[in-house]
Amino acid sequence: MELTVNGKKHQLDVEADMPLLWAIRDVLGLTGTKYGCGVAQCGACTVLVDGVATRSCVTPVEAVAGQAITTIEAIEADAVGRKVVDAWVNVQVAQCGYCQSGQVMAATALLKQIPKPSDAQIAEAMTNLCRCGTYNAIAAAVRQAAQA
Amino acid sequence: MNDLSFLHRLPAEKPLNLSRRGLFAAAAGTLVLGIAVPASRPRAQASAQGKVQPGTRIPAFLEIRPDSTVLLRSPFVEGGQGIYTALSQIIGEELDLEPARFVVETAPPGADYLMIDGLRFTGGSFSVRSSYEAMRKLGASARHMLLEAAAAEWRVARNTLTTRPGLVVHEASGRTLPYGQLASAASKLKAPETVALRDKGQFRYIGKPVQRLDVRDKSTGQAKYAIDTQIEGMLFAAVQHSPRLGGEPATLKNEAAIRAMPGVHSVHRLPGAVAVAANNWWRASKAVEALEVEWKEPPAGTAGAMPANFSSESHLAHLVSRPGNGMEAEIHGNPAEAFPRAAKIVEATYTAPHLAHGQLEPPSATARFNADGSLELWAPNQAPEFFQQAAAKVAGLAPEKVIIHSPILGGFFGRHFLYASANPFPQAILLAKATGRTVKLVWSREEEFLRDAVRPMAVARFRAGIGADGMPIALEAVAINEGAVGRWFGRQPNKVDSSAVEGLAEKPYAVPHRRVGHILVDDPAVIGFWRSVGHSMNDFFFETFFDEMAQAGGQDPYELRLRLLAGSPRHRSLLEAVAALSGGWKRGPFAAADGSMRARGVAMASPFGSEVATIAEVSIAGGEITVHDVWVAIDPGSIVNPAIIEAQVQSAVALGVSSALLEEVVYVNGMPQARNYDGYPILPPTRMPKVHVRIIESGAKMGGIGEPGLPGVPPAIANAVAALNGQRLRNLPFAKAKLDPVRG
Ligand code: FES
Ligand code: FES
Repeated sequence: MELTVNGKKHQLDVEADMPLLWAIRDVLGLTGTKYGCGVAQCGACTVLVDGVATRSCVTPVEAVAGQAITTIEAIEADAVGRKVVDAWVNVQVAQCGYCQSGQVMAATALLKQIPKPSDAQIAEAMTNLCRCGTYNAIAAAVRQAAQA
Repeated sequence: MNDLSFLHRLPAEKPLNLSRRGLFAAAAGTLVLGIAVPASRPRAQASAQGKVQPGTRIPAFLEIRPDSTVLLRSPFVEGGQGIYTALSQIIGEELDLEPARFVVETAPPGADYLMIDGLRFTGGSFSVRSSYEAMRKLGASARHMLLEAAAAEWRVARNTLTTRPGLVVHEASGRTLPYGQLASAASKLKAPETVALRDKGQFRYIGKPVQRLDVRDKSTGQAKYAIDTQIEGMLFAAVQHSPRLGGEPATLKNEAAIRAMPGVHSVHRLPGAVAVAANNWWRASKAVEALEVEWKEPPAGTAGAMPANFSSESHLAHLVSRPGNGMEAEIHGNPAEAFPRAAKIVEATYTAPHLAHGQLEPPSATARFNADGSLELWAPNQAPEFFQQAAAKVAGLAPEKVIIHSPILGGFFGRHFLYASANPFPQAILLAKATGRTVKLVWSREEEFLRDAVRPMAVARFRAGIGADGMPIALEAVAINEGAVGRWFGRQPNKVDSSAVEGLAEKPYAVPHRRVGHILVDDPAVIGFWRSVGHSMNDFFFETFFDEMAQAGGQDPYELRLRLLAGSPRHRSLLEAVAALSGGWKRGPFAAADGSMRARGVAMASPFGSEVATIAEVSIAGGEITVHDVWVAIDPGSIVNPAIIEAQVQSAVALGVSSALLEEVVYVNGMPQARNYDGYPILPPTRMPKVHVRIIESGAKMGGIGEPGLPGVPPAIANAVAALNGQRLRNLPFAKAKLDPVRG
């Protein structure tokens, strides 16, 4: 199986139905992408697949072979991602931080698609759970990144 | 949790609620296993190491590096509450070094770090308030030693020297030396006996919204949690627990087939669980889930085992039906005499369900036995010494042979104390022993919901006597539950567990005759501490019933609170502050700009040494409550970082709204029904209210921050709903209630 992660091609000897999340974390050793629920409920595992926010815990590796996968580790190499991270730092979004990789990925995907989203569009796109309740800060940071 | 006396009665060497386990005999192919038993007092370890005064030995805490950055070993673990940043501000203030130049990690077990009454844990909103003075002195002492080292170097008098952040300065000659170049010489000096602290008026970091140290790492995937531990050559393990606590694995029907699955290393029996070790976690998890296990039920009545017929519904009915007014926790005046004089009696019963912590990082533990016979453990924990002792027992080692790493926590809210059957580390140790390899064990979200230590189920029964003038003259509150402190730190005969009644007791209102009682009923579930502990439900009970008293007396709930706080200026001004923050008290119902009918409710709480007043604004549509705005005025006495406090209040409000509206662990046949967030919804972003925070520094003794924002939220919401539709919501969560239509 060949996966392209953060611009690098990797040959993986894994089952076709292995979720992308575990290929990223345990096989490639990139731990910035988080496991929260495994069933597409929380969004902690969000990565970009060809620029689209994707919950990697329910995405089999065979479904994304040949596509460009971006994880949080490479987010600052992306111009939009860099703006999002700066806004996240500026607004001081993170508390425990565990959900924030996924939140930053979701925000980056949103702003790539809609550079100036309305509040309703932000609410529609930013559905990842945060048990620390950083939701207001997340929305503020997305708005700020959109202005930057 | 302000009463710390429980810390002094940790039963030495005595397992709690665990009699069903103990050591298991070895059968062919099985492990010899013990299970975590609560630690004996880590305090004993401290005295064995000699007389260390916690929080005083500079080298235990600070390492000034050649580049003038500082490694700080924190007594407290970081889980989002901002403690690493707060400690850097406090120490940096006195040391004269920017907080941004600190690198912080949680300290290993050790006598130096037993900051809370001779013990150490991260909880009870204790971290800053328990260490503030000591950390200031630590920073000031280190600065003093750096000055002395520079004085020796330059052969000038120490009092001719001063500092700028990270530099010792000799103003007369214009010479400077960075801390990093003085550290080695300074470390050979004796720490000063006494040292002057900086004047509050000159603070540059304390009291300021200093940026958090960890935000960039947490926004770029660089922050490392326990679940991210990577050790060369490690195995990945997953477990399947007995669906009902107490069952033991009997036969594994398809064990051979599971062993043959790709990447599987080995299959294991553990106390109450089976495990698979494999070369990645997904394979381990897939394999262990495919294991067909026959579970052997424990004999009826086995201590600690979940009864097969236990259900939330029947336990709640049992609590509600307990008669009497319980053991006295608090009394003022003479309620028995006062009640007959009342013109009107109000009575109500309130209930709260078991709750899961739902922290987003699933629990894990990585265990490695080293060549020198020591055990190294990476595990999410709020109490390193307790974990060290428990791990030592499981491993059969002396505690000093166990090295505990305490990575940052992906949320905790009380989840990572030592709870028998709720921590993965004993399993990881046993698996490392059995395989001879380093093992990282991760619990799936489903296993986490199965074995979390839940908030106790609770009931409160109220009776109030209202005088002819509409003022409450007598009040009786009876808590019916089991407190988490009693469960894990031992009960005391003839003394009520404060964690069972906090939020009913020690309320500031001057009702002349009042009594709080406690009826202790064992909770069959494994219970634990949940953010704001007893306050999280008891303040809901009390403050919502308060509005029932107000209504019975024909009084506005805000005005009645003010009147009953006439003798307590701190509470009164706090209540006025939250009203002002919300634009003036306005109960409603009123029409909002968007045309919806809305109303507001108010509540107060005195949790963890801080004082809090909360107002919530709600509307009802489509059978659902929307919480639009929450205003919180919080008085923690004095503060370290207003930005972190505001973030903590936001967070506590989120959890408060979540618990009020949505959350409930439901047991049927002794098993929790929800095994993931789909069955146990937590607050989604769409239901987060706007949160407005006002911090008041009254100068009172410093209180806690992490938890106090929570307890006022559920009652403020319930009181707002009552203002809107006249309906009294007495049972959490409100999602279960059929809501009455809004009054026009
Ligand atoms: S881990 Fe993928 S959505 Fe939760
Ligand atoms: S910051 Fe903790 S879960 Fe979002």
